[in-house]
Amino acid sequence: MVLRQDGTQADDRPLISAHALTKRFGDFTAVDGIDVEVRRGEAFGFLGPNGAGKSSTMRMIGCVSPPTGGTLRILGLDPATDGPRIRGRLGVVPQKDTLDEELTVRENILVYGRYFGLSRAVVRERADELLEFAQLTERASSIVEPLSGGMKRRLTIARALVNNPEVLLLDEPTTGLDPQARHVLWDRLFRLKRSGVTLVLTTHYMDEAEQLCDRLVVMDGGKIVAEGSPRQLIAEYSTREVLELRFGEDDHGAYEPKVADLASRVEVLPDRLLLYVSDGDAASKTVHDRGLAPLSMLVRRSTLEDVFLHLTGRTLID
Amino acid sequence: MSAVQHTDAHRTVLRRLARAIPIPAGAGLARTLVERNIRSYRHGWLTLVSGFFEPIFYLFSLGVGMGALVGDVDAGGGRMVEYASFVAPALMASAAMNGAVFDSTFNVFFKLKYAKLYDSVLATPLGPRDVAVGEISWALLRGLLYSSAFLLVAAVAGVVESWWALLTIPAATLIGFAFAAVGMAATTFMRSWQDFEYVSLSILPMFLFSATFFPLERYPEALQWVVQATPLYHGVGLVRDLMLGDVGVGLFAHVLYLAVMGLVGVAFAARRVERLLLT
Ligand SMILES: Nc1ncnc2c1ncn2[C@@H]1O[C@H](COP(=O)(O)OP(=O)(O)O)[C@@H](O)[C@H]1O
Ligand SMILES: [Mg+2]
Repeated sequence: MVLRQDGTQADDRPLISAHALTKRFGDFTAVDGIDVEVRRGEAFGFLGPNGAGKSSTMRMIGCVSPPTGGTLRILGLDPATDGPRIRGRLGVVPQKDTLDEELTVRENILVYGRYFGLSRAVVRERADELLEFAQLTERASSIVEPLSGGMKRRLTIARALVNNPEVLLLDEPTTGLDPQARHVLWDRLFRLKRSGVTLVLTTHYMDEAEQLCDRLVVMDGGKIVAEGSPRQLIAEYSTREVLELRFGEDDHGAYEPKVADLASRVEVLPDRLLLYVSDGDAASKTVHDRGLAPLSMLVRRSTLEDVFLHLTGRTLID
Repeated sequence: MSAVQHTDAHRTVLRRLARAIPIPAGAGLARTLVERNIRSYRHGWLTLVSGFFEPIFYLFSLGVGMGALVGDVDAGGGRMVEYASFVAPALMASAAMNGAVFDSTFNVFFKLKYAKLYDSVLATPLGPRDVAVGEISWALLRGLLYSSAFLLVAAVAGVVESWWALLTIPAATLIGFAFAAVGMAATTFMRSWQDFEYVSLSILPMFLFSATFFPLERYPEALQWVVQATPLYHGVGLVRDLMLGDVGVGLFAHVLYLAVMGLVGVAFAARRVERLLLT
């Protein structure tokens, strides 16, 4: 711990630390001994396909699901004994919106704030600020039901911020939203991050992970298979560029031997071949020179999707 | 021992105590859930009004209307009273039961399974105990409102015989507490709306046969002990004795029965909420 000049303590211990954290449902192991540390002020992500154990992990961090094994400390406290105190300092955006449909937009924030023991005057003030932040001021007295998916999501986030949380947990914040609504939401999350809120989010969108996360872990089958910044992960597990080849036939595997020497690695997908190369244009020229004539060729930069494919042999979204 | 150590030791003792009691954790914020329900009812005030009129309609049709045909009845210990005075306390007790059961079963089931209200509530400092205590308090507050209104109407209709009757309001609240607690606990076991048939199946016979509409002595002897075992019998007995000014130590048996039923129900409901939602 460092004592700052203004007398407050700058805590450099991790906000969240998990060691060998495990969650079992009966015989099934949903989270299989993961180690995670989240530091103050960062945006930390869990990237993984459906069923990877992301929500189970988030629920344990949110102190609504007791771990089956391992240790978990949140804000230096143990969820088993200090659940209410921890939850009082967290904001939670669950995978499925659980807004109160019997209340208006504004009442959702007011009532939620009261659950944290805040005074009526404080929640009224917070509600106005948060409605502004969520761009919902005009809809303040509307009931929740007719709001669009993006608006509901923003309201859920606004509600989760009512207690000025130190950590905001977001479980798949933009799943099911159209591209425009996603960008609006990302913009709000950037603002939060700039204002110093620690973000912990899960996603199965690699673009979301790349956009928002300073650091992330890749999860699959309850385990962590890789960890680092998006850039580090790409550098470590993929090449700079990817050449995508589409042929007019169903069996793309037949083309693999003809191009294998061009790339450090080739992935065969049902509808295309991915060649992992450092120079995509040079590789595409060679493909052309060999007279292979694919229907289409595309050179792009490596993404976390490629990292995931490399690590697990599967795509993120199936 | 320094002050810091002292409070730490203090907290450890409290924590051990809290863990020894078989009631799940709460943060003492149950009242905020009651507040939420009050807000929600501002939007749906119609249901509030219907719960208010039902027992009053019963009072006039059964008590005052039919009562004119029935004549006086034995209210226990050979004391003869007008039928309306006999049946009014039973209606008040039944209304407290019905209101509490409705709130703690249908409404709680909807919030638990469909609205997912408690999932969002449990993400805040509130714990399962707060959820149970909050919902049950709310059911009981509604009961308080209805029973006060009912007492007022009954008094105006001239069927209230004693000042002791003022105590029927806390009595009806106790009835609401007992039934709401057990109702909520039962609701946590319900799988679908069909299971609510069991609720009607237990409420209706109780409403008809808890010495509500005729005295205990009229039941076959073999059945009298069954009647006396039902919670509504004790609710009716409690309210009737108070409304007729028939106050004795027997009241404590009724109070004890209902209080124990309520406390066990709360603990059980909290346990079940924890089991269901904090997985
Ligand atoms: N309450 C539960 N009971 C039984 N299995 C569960 C429960 N919750 C999650 N699971 C299982 O655990 C696995 C991981 O689920 P989850 O954590 O929701 O994954 P993700 O959020 O990454 O999609 C899934 O196979 C899911 O079916
Ligand atoms: Mg999930």
